Amino acid sequence: MITALVLIPMLSGIAAFFIGGNGFRRGLLLACAIIHSGLTVAAWAVRPVSQLGGWLCLDSLELLFLGITSLLFLVAAVYAVGYLSRETPDQRPDVEEGFLFSNAPEATFTGCLLLFLSTMTLVAAAQHFGLMWVAVEATTLASAPLIYFHRHHRSLEAAWKYLLICSVGIAIALLGNFFLVVSATMTRVSMTVPDMIRNAASLDPAWLKAAFLLLLVGYGTKMGLAPLHTWLPDAHSEAPSVISALLSGALLNCAFLAVLRIQAVCVAAGLADFSRSLLILFGLLSMGFAAVFIIGQMDYKRMLAYSSVEHMGIQALGVGIGGAASFGAILHAVNHSLTKAMLFLAAGNILAAYRTKSTAQVSGVMRLLPVTGVLWIAGFFAITGSPPFGIFISELTILKGMLDGHHVFIAILYLALLVAIFVGMTGVFLKMAHGLPNESIRRPEKRESYLAVIPPLVLGIAILILGVSIPRFLKDAIDLSIQALRMN
Amino acid sequence: MISIIHILFAVLLAPLALGVINRTKAIFAGRRGQPLLQLYWDLFKLLRKGAVYSRTTTWVFSAGPLVSLAAVLTSLLVVPFGGVRALLAFPGDLLLLAYLLGLMRFFTVIAALDTGSSFEGMGASREVTFSALAEPALLLGLAAMGRRAGSLSLSGMYSGMMPSDLVHHGGPVLILVAAAFLVVFLAENARIPIDDPDTHLELTMIHEVMALDHGGPDFAFIQYAAALKMWVLGALLIGILVPMHTGLPPLDVVAALIGMFLLAAATGVIESTMARLRILRVPQLLVAASVLSMLALVLVLD
Amino acid sequence: MNNWIEALIVLVVLTNLRLLGTSRLIACIRIVAFQGILLGVLPLLFHANDLTLRVMLQAAASTFTKGVVFPWLLSRAVREADVRRELEPIIGYTSSLLIGCVLLGTALYVGWRLPLPGTASTPFMVPAALFTMMVGLFTIVARRKALTQVLGYLAMENGIYTFGLAFAEKEPLLVEMGILLDVFVAVFVMGITIYHINREFDHIDTDQLSSLKD
Repeated sequence: MITALVLIPMLSGIAAFFIGGNGFRRGLLLACAIIHSGLTVAAWAVRPVSQLGGWLCLDSLELLFLGITSLLFLVAAVYAVGYLSRETPDQRPDVEEGFLFSNAPEATFTGCLLLFLSTMTLVAAAQHFGLMWVAVEATTLASAPLIYFHRHHRSLEAAWKYLLICSVGIAIALLGNFFLVVSATMTRVSMTVPDMIRNAASLDPAWLKAAFLLLLVGYGTKMGLAPLHTWLPDAHSEAPSVISALLSGALLNCAFLAVLRIQAVCVAAGLADFSRSLLILFGLLSMGFAAVFIIGQMDYKRMLAYSSVEHMGIQALGVGIGGAASFGAILHAVNHSLTKAMLFLAAGNILAAYRTKSTAQVSGVMRLLPVTGVLWIAGFFAITGSPPFGIFISELTILKGMLDGHHVFIAILYLALLVAIFVGMTGVFLKMAHGLPNESIRRPEKRESYLAVIPPLVLGIAILILGVSIPRFLKDAIDLSIQALRMN
Repeated sequence: MISIIHILFAVLLAPLALGVINRTKAIFAGRRGQPLLQLYWDLFKLLRKGAVYSRTTTWVFSAGPLVSLAAVLTSLLVVPFGGVRALLAFPGDLLLLAYLLGLMRFFTVIAALDTGSSFEGMGASREVTFSALAEPALLLGLAAMGRRAGSLSLSGMYSGMMPSDLVHHGGPVLILVAAAFLVVFLAENARIPIDDPDTHLELTMIHEVMALDHGGPDFAFIQYAAALKMWVLGALLIGILVPMHTGLPPLDVVAALIGMFLLAAATGVIESTMARLRILRVPQLLVAASVLSMLALVLVLD
Repeated sequence: MNNWIEALIVLVVLTNLRLLGTSRLIACIRIVAFQGILLGVLPLLFHANDLTLRVMLQAAASTFTKGVVFPWLLSRAVREADVRRELEPIIGYTSSLLIGCVLLGTALYVGWRLPLPGTASTPFMVPAALFTMMVGLFTIVARRKALTQVLGYLAMENGIYTFGLAFAEKEPLLVEMGILLDVFVAVFVMGITIYHINREFDHIDTDQLSSLKD
């Protein structure tokens, strides 16, 4: 079953490169997304046996992250079908600078999208640190062509930065992997996560520390932790919105999962103080950076990207605090993925209607695009951590973890940064949603298309449910994950 | 006893090595070339002439060639040749060698500056710049050799070497040092690719331009000192490349002599096949030589 | 055998220094390719007494990819972009060499003080690995051309691979091959991106990629 989860998207992705027909490719994309999510649901119900001698395994933690990825991919695939039919293949003017550009071939888009799903699935399922590294690097390579879908110089620049910064970062993580091997040479511990956690006490602590540092820097680059986040705003603002949604919602979490695993090994080895202080440092730094760049941000997609940096910081902070905050951090990963994906999809609708990414030129979304407008406002409240949405619960849980651990100073900083970001976002979001649309924007003849509205709407409903009460199965899964990682 | 003979060889044969270089270049260019012993005739001719001194020069100008020659002759005392120990050997004599060569350079340079000619000033400036970059290469290389042999005297570090050392243990060290010394050899003796000894344009000269105002015996001293300097630096290089220790000192000396003339021929080949580097690129080559020496030193440090 | 390993490692260090001091892109590509071949051969010497099919396969795959495929991909990119030299590097070549010396010293200082639990076969293995990584990172930072940056990335990857070599028996074959495949695809994708950068901007200087900022 695990093999099927990885191989089906991979093979269909390769097929999409070679078999023609846009209709066929879109169908393939949808079919693959549906099969993948179906298999994921089946895996929730019946735990699949581990494969490759325990290298590939789907347990609670893995299923949780796989579930997010799969759900987001399904939603994104539906949205992408609408998006692709809106995108004309011929040349058209750029929204910012007015020059003509065209898109990459649709085969590249669909093919890479499916390969991207396959590699992310592999990250979630891989238990072996080396295999996980291979998979994380593969996600970078599969997603870089997606960022360069609109063929113009800005997206090219974003793709290049993404490729180079992430590749170098991940190369550092590879060195960290080797350090991990060195730390385990004395004992015959295999490099799989459960094995390492079980025998963590016998690992060489000095090498483990160095390995943790390198892996945190490496995967932290990919996760968008400041100050290694520089690729993130560029990539998220220049990629098509549906890709931004996947990058923010699914890809960052894959890197987060990698950080979680190495943190678990460190905690089990008794190096919790060292690793936690680093995570807290990176977490607060990311929130700080994000706050500085969100206030006064003139591009709403960049604003969402910086908000991702902020939330990755919160997750790192939560894991760093430990205790109840670990639960909060994993829950936050779920909430943030769904919320941010919804916001990016809504941003895609706004961009399609207004043809600008500048916050100053967008107003009256509520009038022009009623459904998107409501989602935009709801998303704003959700992402800034207001009740009754999921992020409120997870941020509160993390705060509780801090107060339980008597980290008062950190808690004050955390709250202050959250307030600053709330204030920074308020003006922009409300101004965009309310008021009258600019005269120059033509009112579209048709209503908003279902394919553009239903996907974000589904996600919106999901975060509302998560905010009202955490479903039983989700709570159990998070509890089991924390047990498996021994982070309580 | 044999040590004195080797100094005699140097004093007698050094100009011949230059003749070999010139002959090799001539063969490559398809010319018959000057006689092998041309430099000897030049020296005799110059010695018989009188010198002309400009009124603007001081005693420094006339002292320059003399001090240069004296310094390089002294340095012959500490340089071993072909497995034969030098006449003088004491810990730290490698520094004496470096400083004698430095003294020689210093006097050549201030004698050149003493003329007040702008061309000579330019040549002096280049000479000082390049040798400042070549000196670390030489000293670091010698340090690596010393560390390897566990001796701080030139004779000590060269005496224990065997031809098989080049392929067996520590081979990389010797090859690195030899490569660095080759660059130093070419740079210090003003050969292509660093400097062109046959150039006729003062603007591009480095070493030759400094001797433009000297004449008669002074010029003979300068030329002779240059030949001896090449012999000294060549001895350091072939000491690594042709380390013969047969137990019969005369045989060793003969092997080293053959090595020396092969080196001269090789220099001729390099000069014929390479173009001169742009002056801006020269420091890069010299720094690279220093880096090689440093790498060699690092390899023997552990 | 040990002597040969040492000689190879010295050559690896020399290729790094050459990379720092070379401006011609084709020459840089050859240097990195040569480095790749050296590192591909190294495991054969390590396991000279117990050569297994696995080691040979691994060496062959690595040598072929790094010594043949990469240079071919990259020199094609150079031909298409029609650039020959890195004319105005951010840090000049002579200073790069001097910085290289400092990096080498640092690598040795750090490398010899790392308490390695296993016994590396020569004391220069780890310093050489660290040095190669540092040179790779330095090249990425100090050069403008996209292609040189890719070469820096490759050098860095080579350095990490060298470090891994000392402990190669612990990494399973599947992971080794996965890493190699990833690096291959990375270079492939970067090569395509360079092609597009050249078409879009008429050059491959990455400091012109600066329209995205806050």
